[in-house]
Amino acid sequence: MEMIKIDKKDWNKGLDRSRKTYRLVGPVKRAGEDLAGFYELADKEHPDMGAADTVLSAKSVVYPQTEVMFRYTTDKNSPDCNRLKRPAADYSPRAVIGIRPYDAAAILMLKKNFDTPDYRDPYWCDAYEACTFVGLAVDAPSSTDFSTSTGSGPFSEKGLDVLLVDMAGHYLAKVLTDKGAAYMKAAGWQRAADAKAAAQQIEKKKKAAEALIVSSVSFDKIARKSILDLYKADFWDDVAFSCINCGTCTYVCPTCWCFDIQDESKGKTGVRYKNWDSCMYPLFSLHGSGHNPRGTKTMRARQRFMHKLKYFLDKYDDGIMCVGCGRCVRSCPVNIDIRRVCELMNRYGPDPDACAV
Amino acid sequence: MLAYTDRIKEIARALLTDCRVELVIGFRKGTVPMMNEPCFINSPDEADQLVWDSNCGINLANYLANRTEKIGIVAKGCDSRNIATHIIENKIGRDQLFIIGVPCQGMIDRRKVNAMFDGEVREVVESDGLVTVRGADFEKSFEKSELLQQNCSVCTHRNPVIFDEMAADPVDEQQGVDRYADVREIEAMDPQQRWDAFEKLLAPCIRCYACRNACPLCYCPTCFVDEARPQWVGKSQNPVDVRTFHFLRAYHCAGRCTDCGACERACPVGINMRVFTKKLEKDCFESFGWEAGLSPDVRPPLDTYRPEDPDDFIK
Amino acid sequence: MQNPYEPYPVRIDEVTDATEDKSLKTFRFVFENPEDEEKFSYRAGQFAELSVTGLGEIPIGIASSPTEKGFVMFTVFRVGKVTSYLHNMTAGDLMGIRGPLGNCYPWDLLEGKNIVIIGGGFAFTTLRSSIVYMLDPANRPKFKDIHVIYGARNPGLLLYRDELYDWEQRDDIHMHITVDGTDDPDWKYNTGFVPTITEQKAPAADKDTYAIVCGPPIMIKFTLPVLETLGYPHDQIIMSLENRMKCGIGMCGRCNIGKELVCKDGPVFTLAQLNHTPREY
Repeated sequence: MEMIKIDKKDWNKGLDRSRKTYRLVGPVKRAGEDLAGFYELADKEHPDMGAADTVLSAKSVVYPQTEVMFRYTTDKNSPDCNRLKRPAADYSPRAVIGIRPYDAAAILMLKKNFDTPDYRDPYWCDAYEACTFVGLAVDAPSSTDFSTSTGSGPFSEKGLDVLLVDMAGHYLAKVLTDKGAAYMKAAGWQRAADAKAAAQQIEKKKKAAEALIVSSVSFDKIARKSILDLYKADFWDDVAFSCINCGTCTYVCPTCWCFDIQDESKGKTGVRYKNWDSCMYPLFSLHGSGHNPRGTKTMRARQRFMHKLKYFLDKYDDGIMCVGCGRCVRSCPVNIDIRRVCELMNRYGPDPDACAV
Repeated sequence: MLAYTDRIKEIARALLTDCRVELVIGFRKGTVPMMNEPCFINSPDEADQLVWDSNCGINLANYLANRTEKIGIVAKGCDSRNIATHIIENKIGRDQLFIIGVPCQGMIDRRKVNAMFDGEVREVVESDGLVTVRGADFEKSFEKSELLQQNCSVCTHRNPVIFDEMAADPVDEQQGVDRYADVREIEAMDPQQRWDAFEKLLAPCIRCYACRNACPLCYCPTCFVDEARPQWVGKSQNPVDVRTFHFLRAYHCAGRCTDCGACERACPVGINMRVFTKKLEKDCFESFGWEAGLSPDVRPPLDTYRPEDPDDFIK
Repeated sequence: MQNPYEPYPVRIDEVTDATEDKSLKTFRFVFENPEDEEKFSYRAGQFAELSVTGLGEIPIGIASSPTEKGFVMFTVFRVGKVTSYLHNMTAGDLMGIRGPLGNCYPWDLLEGKNIVIIGGGFAFTTLRSSIVYMLDPANRPKFKDIHVIYGARNPGLLLYRDELYDWEQRDDIHMHITVDGTDDPDWKYNTGFVPTITEQKAPAADKDTYAIVCGPPIMIKFTLPVLETLGYPHDQIIMSLENRMKCGIGMCGRCNIGKELVCKDGPVFTLAQLNHTPREY
């Protein structure tokens, strides 16, 4: 694919030029002191392309925390009384600038859930299709980044339309898809770089970045253990003890996709909306009868790890449902560490690779 | 800190060896800088896991509610006040507990330290009141007092108020601290300014409920925000619902909050929701001379009546 | 592809009390747009989300049979917010249904087999659908012996009582109606718990005999050992599960038992399948 050189002095200009045809989304400080997440950029606003990653992942771009599915009226005098109407939403092209490679890889995992052969979630799919993902390679991975061991990595191209590599004075842009090429054109970034030299430079930076990754997970043995053996493993009480069952890990996670559906009325009108939900919450699985099949916090913590590291693996045979961004490790208020849990699961029980004696 | 850790291990090991408790709740070394993880041990061999340093900010009283075993628990000043509150509120019995008291000199504010540097903080070590912070290309040492959580810097109850055995001699309590400077700042605002300040404060909230769930006081079987029949609060990111959650939770903690800081510490997006609980704490102090959790035997002002209770709010 | 979250508008055609204590009501719905009835093509054992604007949705097994045309029928226990509201709705009201959802009983496999239906309490809805489906003249020849063991706490709590008593009169289905107890001196049927009646009346196990079991957890708990004693292999014991659901299409994530989603991979599973999953239902 094509390599393009973007001089940094042309960066903001290009972004601004692309606004004619694209809505821009990127990491910016919005509420609070943190670089909290990805937001639609205001007219003169440019994305923060600095070193720090966002506290929340970029999943909210295609999967907002709260999203209206339908509007309704319960006014008996209206011909539309009790009929659900999907409100018009803006699905015009959006460019997601500065998304991290692991977040883009995560969006492909979400796609497995929301775009299936049997059903398509139109809200997710429409938003996804509107997006062009212009990713930024990670030069200085954090100590909690274990993305290389999950099939992603600091320079991973999965799910991206363009991969930007920061070369100090300029970006090298590796154009990966037609969508990516269209965006580059809209931004007016058309200066071809020497493809071979650029590829070498990127490869060198990629190796350097990967060498800086200090953490990893192994899940090679998990696939061959039975669900029930892992489910009944003796370490779950220890893993879950400190868990306070808040939703932090699931909300900051780029791959957690669970949601709730709620109706909310004000007077005679209202909305039915989707809202992020969390397997950490007792209400998530509570039956109307009062029975809760995951009634203890150990069961709920186990559900999260089993879903990510075992059920997903078994169901799709395509790795774990984790891209190794490290956000949950950094944000967990009580320091529950998925790397440790993955190791416990991988090591649990008889080693399937052990020689028979 | 090393001495504290050794003493905690010794006490825990003895408790479990003599079967005086079924488990001991304490901290083990965390996997990221400035974090330790609450854990339980139930055999003497595991006592070596336990640690104590300035990264034990989580309030362990949170792990006691409704437990039925005999429990050893490591408790700093604020933890012990919340244990006392639990005892008053019948969430645990005094006779179930063996409290290993830890005199506390404050906890490091992880968020503050991380914000001080552009690069990632990779290691934080402390010795003799000095805290050294290291990253890939920086190293800087601080007096610990510079890095304390705000609640710790104005804490006047560093020593446990109830304990069965102390892990060290009591420390001097801080004298002459101004506990409520931040509250007065907000009190001085006019209603519009205050509204704006609260709106700004709560804007980043993602409703993960880490603040609520880290709080030892928030043990309601079903929190009002989770109640579906009837449903009091919407579940979306509507700012009205977000505010309702924070304001009501604060009121529910009135006269019970010890300002342990667990809520603020737990928040993944850096909201200081303590401004709400602290205002109520200040009111309770000024109106009733009350500080929560100083004794397991005295009931809090909001569930007792005294003829001399202030009543000028009745117009 | 159509928006899978958008319900078909339906009118309530008829509401009847399903049990004497009125804790269950049966709703007949008619599709407002006749073409939606075509789209809502279902098989016995599937469920749908009943949608009430302003309150939400509730997953309910389809009680009518695919052989019954012109309406769909659901019997709803009053338990929560949506169902309580639904109980106060009346004929003519407009609401929505979304579906059909989930898998069905394995009808292709069940053809040519003896079927033993074991039900308890209000978990008889998709079993009714199945019985009506099998008794349809076009379908009856496809199945061998049909046994039905169905019990409730007392006669007033039996669902579809009139139909039960009609089926009792037929010679192409063996009905074993039972109640835990009754003070009705004219009670003509069995008295005793479902597991006990199963022990007494269920046909012996056979490679061509399948049991479909639906009921409250306590009934399931004591019926499964009886079936095992009778020699039923676990892959010939079919169950339908319930879990809290929202989307009904396998996306919202809450109803899983291990890697299976009750709403999409189920609700129908064999006991052999369930033996390999965490019992989180």
